Amino acid sequence: MADYETPKLLADVPVVVVPNIKPGAMSHSSPYVAKPDHNIPLGFPGELVENWQEAAIAKMGDILQKYRSIQVYLDSCVKCGACTDKCHYFLGTADPKNMPVARQDLLRKVYRRYYTFAGKYFPKLVGATDLTKEVLDDWYSYYHQCSECRRCSVYCPYGIDTAEISMAAREILDSIGYGQKYCNEIIAKVHKIGNNLGLPGPALEATLEDLEDDIKTETGVDVKLPLNQEGADILLITPSADFFAEPHIDGLIGYAKVFHAAGLSWTMSSYASEAANFSMFIGSYDNMKKQAERIRKAALELGVKRIMVGECGHAWRAAYSFWNTLAGVGHGAAEDDKYARMLQKQLDSSYPVPQHICESTYDLIQQGAIKLDKSANDHRRVTFHDSCNVARASRMGNMPGGQFIIPREVIKAACNNFFDMAPETIHEGTFCCGGGGGLLTDDLMEVRVKGALPRMQALKYVVDEHKVDTLAAICAICKTQFAKVLPYYDFPMHMILSVHQLVGDAVILGSND
Amino acid sequence: MALEVGGKSVETDEEGYLVNLADWDEEIAGELAKSEGVEMTENHWEVVNFLREYYNEYQIAPAVRVLTKAIGKKLGPEKGNSKYLYELFPYGPAKQACKIAGLPKPTGCI
Repeated sequence: MADYETPKLLADVPVVVVPNIKPGAMSHSSPYVAKPDHNIPLGFPGELVENWQEAAIAKMGDILQKYRSIQVYLDSCVKCGACTDKCHYFLGTADPKNMPVARQDLLRKVYRRYYTFAGKYFPKLVGATDLTKEVLDDWYSYYHQCSECRRCSVYCPYGIDTAEISMAAREILDSIGYGQKYCNEIIAKVHKIGNNLGLPGPALEATLEDLEDDIKTETGVDVKLPLNQEGADILLITPSADFFAEPHIDGLIGYAKVFHAAGLSWTMSSYASEAANFSMFIGSYDNMKKQAERIRKAALELGVKRIMVGECGHAWRAAYSFWNTLAGVGHGAAEDDKYARMLQKQLDSSYPVPQHICESTYDLIQQGAIKLDKSANDHRRVTFHDSCNVARASRMGNMPGGQFIIPREVIKAACNNFFDMAPETIHEGTFCCGGGGGLLTDDLMEVRVKGALPRMQALKYVVDEHKVDTLAAICAICKTQFAKVLPYYDFPMHMILSVHQLVGDAVILGSND
Repeated sequence: MALEVGGKSVETDEEGYLVNLADWDEEIAGELAKSEGVEMTENHWEVVNFLREYYNEYQIAPAVRVLTKAIGKKLGPEKGNSKYLYELFPYGPAKQACKIAGLPKPTGCI
């Protein structure tokens, strides 16, 4: 791995300066390639197939047939340049291939060569190129320098969604046995064990019991973390990082305290012990459905009335936008999809289906069903990081912009000192943490550190201006990414917290006994 | 990739984790630690041994919180915190200590 320097933060400005381009600056960045053990359980060839060129071009044709959006995106770019300075990876690395338009062009030039009249006969005139091994390797490198955060698409006058293009490119790569180890190894673990960690049921049970003891010692109250409890009202689906890592686990404790204080009946499932759905990152609809079906099976078996999603950014996109047709969580299941239909009938539609944990906590606060003592967080000065998939690919509540308002209202109900970062760096303009979309792996540390630059710059401004010492988030990837990259920018690792840790520290237990 | 230790050769993956758990012994752990720039003390061994015991029971490494609590019990409450574990294993107790203990790398959003 090449040596690299952490970019320097500027004083007194919330946004970074657009860098001069450095062609090829990140061409060496490439994640570990998935092995047969990772690929075969996902239905992909074990390794790069011999006729990869022909197979990749055919797969591109399939995708163009299946998703008209991809063809529209590939056809409609007019090279206006609006996206060029919007990607955090470009801003952090200065590599011009990390400009969204250039990232799209990697696929577009091959599309033109094989699927447009002009490209077939006059390739040079229209920037069309053959799919060579060099182009394929460029795809592998640069489609793994996109976190599929969709910030560029907010500024594109045509609404071209680079995330969809990256997903399509990864779908092609997987179809020829050239996928990424990090994502595919994880998806294989979900299919086999039920979560990204590979945490087996007995280990999960032991961990939850241990946490119950901790809460009892700390608070004197018997707060439960129920597992596989048939007949519970709510099934909580949360990222497995919540069972394992810091600071996530304090968020899990926060959810449990809220459920306890509100007197709600809830459970988790060891079979469906993962909210994350990395199959979305690699554009694999079949694997995405298989992952979502675990949740349906658990919900049917446990007989729950509601399904709630914990703090996980892209899981909320998968849940909010896809679970209905994938698994029957919400309306839209196919008529011949028996189990999806069963689940649609089983779930209580007087609550949002599915519901985000922040929506639920917000409602409980509004109703006075839980009480919070804000002074419990008086030692903290808090800002909030909007996670990209929540901000730009979903909603919360019943008001426009609910996905921005609700988490902030929950934080403000739990603490007195809240300060937003600069407007162009939050809400729909939020900068990715730098680790989303399947990039949260050690072999991509350079791109993660550099891609965090715009967020770190915005953070520095509120740290300097308002003495902010706590960065709250509602996404497991964001939390882990920040815990890792904050020290590179001279911030303390422990300043990143779960929103529900703030809530958990402030909620008055037993208020509803 | 292979790791050569005292005339033996054991297979590791591209990130330096042992491929076969059964290959592990203390000598190999020492070599893995060296490649990580970690100098093994008695307290490092406490962590590594706990990880291996836990793994034998549950087929996974423990949550960091479970580890800190166990270490607090063994080495004293002042050492039962993640800050101390990061002093021992600067790249993070979950990944670095697992590698030295010969366990697979924990995966996911961690």
